[in-house]
Amino acid sequence: MRELTYSQAINEAYDEEMKRDPSVFIMGEDIGQYWGAAFGEMQGLYAKYGPKRIRETPISETAILGSAIGAAATGMRPIAFLFFVDFLGVCWDEIWNQLTPMRYMFGGKAKLPVTITCYSGAGIANAAQHSKCGEGILMSIPGLKIITPSTPYDAKGLLKSAIREDNPTIYFVNKFLLLSALQGPVPEEDYTIPLGVADIKRQGKDVTVVALGTMVHRALAAAETLQKQRGLSVEVVDPRTMVPLDKQAIYESVKKTGRLVIMDEEPKTGSAAAEIAALVAEEAFDYLDAPIKRVCAPDTPIPFSPPLEGFWMPSEQKLIQAINEIT
Amino acid sequence: MIHEKKKLLDMYRLMVRIRTFEERVLKEVSAGVIPGAAHLYAGQEAVAVGACATLRNDDFITSTHRGHGHLIAKGAKTELMMAELFGKKAGYNKGKGGSMHITALDLGIMGASGIVAGMIGIAAGAALSAQMRGTDQVTICFLGDGATNSGRFHEAVNLASIWSLPVVYVIENNLYGESTPISDVCRLPNLSDRAAAYAIPGKTIDGNDAFAVYEEVAKAVARARKGDGPTLVECKTYRHYGHFCGDPQTYKKKEEADEWLKKDPIPRFRKQLIQMEAFTQDEANAIDGEMKAELDRAVKFAAESPYPAPEEALEDVYA
Repeated sequence: MRELTYSQAINEAYDEEMKRDPSVFIMGEDIGQYWGAAFGEMQGLYAKYGPKRIRETPISETAILGSAIGAAATGMRPIAFLFFVDFLGVCWDEIWNQLTPMRYMFGGKAKLPVTITCYSGAGIANAAQHSKCGEGILMSIPGLKIITPSTPYDAKGLLKSAIREDNPTIYFVNKFLLLSALQGPVPEEDYTIPLGVADIKRQGKDVTVVALGTMVHRALAAAETLQKQRGLSVEVVDPRTMVPLDKQAIYESVKKTGRLVIMDEEPKTGSAAAEIAALVAEEAFDYLDAPIKRVCAPDTPIPFSPPLEGFWMPSEQKLIQAINEIT
Repeated sequence: MIHEKKKLLDMYRLMVRIRTFEERVLKEVSAGVIPGAAHLYAGQEAVAVGACATLRNDDFITSTHRGHGHLIAKGAKTELMMAELFGKKAGYNKGKGGSMHITALDLGIMGASGIVAGMIGIAAGAALSAQMRGTDQVTICFLGDGATNSGRFHEAVNLASIWSLPVVYVIENNLYGESTPISDVCRLPNLSDRAAAYAIPGKTIDGNDAFAVYEEVAKAVARARKGDGPTLVECKTYRHYGHFCGDPQTYKKKEEADEWLKKDPIPRFRKQLIQMEAFTQDEANAIDGEMKAELDRAVKFAAESPYPAPEEALEDVYA
């Protein structure tokens, strides 16, 4: 099978869905003829679909998302590109009070197929306002589906599903993966990946690691190291979507291994890892033979300087240490 | 000037329907029958009715926390609105929204909103959708004086301007944002002056004159429908009651309130219609009576309707 980068996979998903459905369009800053989005993953789309469907906007996150909501409620299928996930702070009302409760408070009347895409994650020295993830805080808002692809294959299949979804979705374009040399197999033919289905990225029997986004790759590296060092068999579960969360896949894996470590690139308090740990403690406690461990970032803003940022991000070494403590 | 008799009578009926609805809401909130908060529209009827009279059924409106008047003017049924205020399953939102979130998408009502300025971006989106789908539907975005101080107003009106979106901003300047006089929080005597910042037309009119509202908004709607972009119309008006039912209104001066009550849009419109011989005193009284009877029925319907089952709280999060 051919190999694509994360960026190429995302570009193909946008392209194919815009071709398939004329109601799909993208709104956002710098997405058109000059940059094709800040990291270039939309290059070529403007030439193909023009300014009506690749709509370059002013620096107005609130108006981008607000108008996406209005367009979705009246028959369009907008993609609101919000640049860095950090910028959700600029348009928080649209997420917290408008988009996500709207269908519910309207008594189930509105259909809101809005896809928010934005860059997430640390690792490229962008400091505290351009490096967040935010799954944890977003998981606490009912009405939003949250997508965190870690491979080119998942990136394409999940973005296509997000765009076709009739509910609001937020899709994290992980910029560490976007800028990395990562390549992966992506079939030529049309495919989608259903939201809410985890992927076992590595089979194992001694300990379960649930990891998100960039952390999936660090977990896979740690698993390889531990296999060599200790003959330890680590299972790596990638939930791929945090909402809906494939709880069953996590419980099944914990049932098999009896041990759980969650690796999440967010400050620990209120993180996605916190929610997964609570769920397993509440619903799968009997399967556990050891305490649940969380390998997260510390409860600080994200630092700039590479040694500081490197310390801040959960690393392969920290994961190995956590696994060693319970195996 | 509107001369068609049926249209004038319809407008009068709508204005009285709004006033009667609000008086009943006040009564039922005061009696503790309607739960939660309600923000009454009484005094501003000429704006909603004059503006919505320029629209087609398939046009859109977005509303505000003070939205009952807009919804009635766009065709919402009082019994389904009242049922929603009572928290009943038969209500427009199945009891999940209440006063601040009533919506009826089939009537082009995109929803009231509990957040001041909350619908301005959404209105731009409805207008964008009409433009992209190639229809000539127009969106009226109702907003209060206070909303023009929100950053969202700037972002959305600018977007509508650069994309020539078919949207008309109807600013209802009722002089107060909650308890704060607009003159304390904005230096502009006329909020329509803000239009210049977006290179779009802006006009300030007497919002208690239904004819004036109709004429100015009709021009703006025609402009939007032709594809010439947005317009901002400021309607100066007055809130007869407080910000919410029960607000003691200590911030209002008696002379000011008395002066504005003399300009009450409903007796004024009624007098104009009688002078134009659109209807007689008796015919006007008959409409008033019809509306009282309708609201009696609406309250009875709402009171007798069942509540949703408690477990229905779990439904409607996702499509």
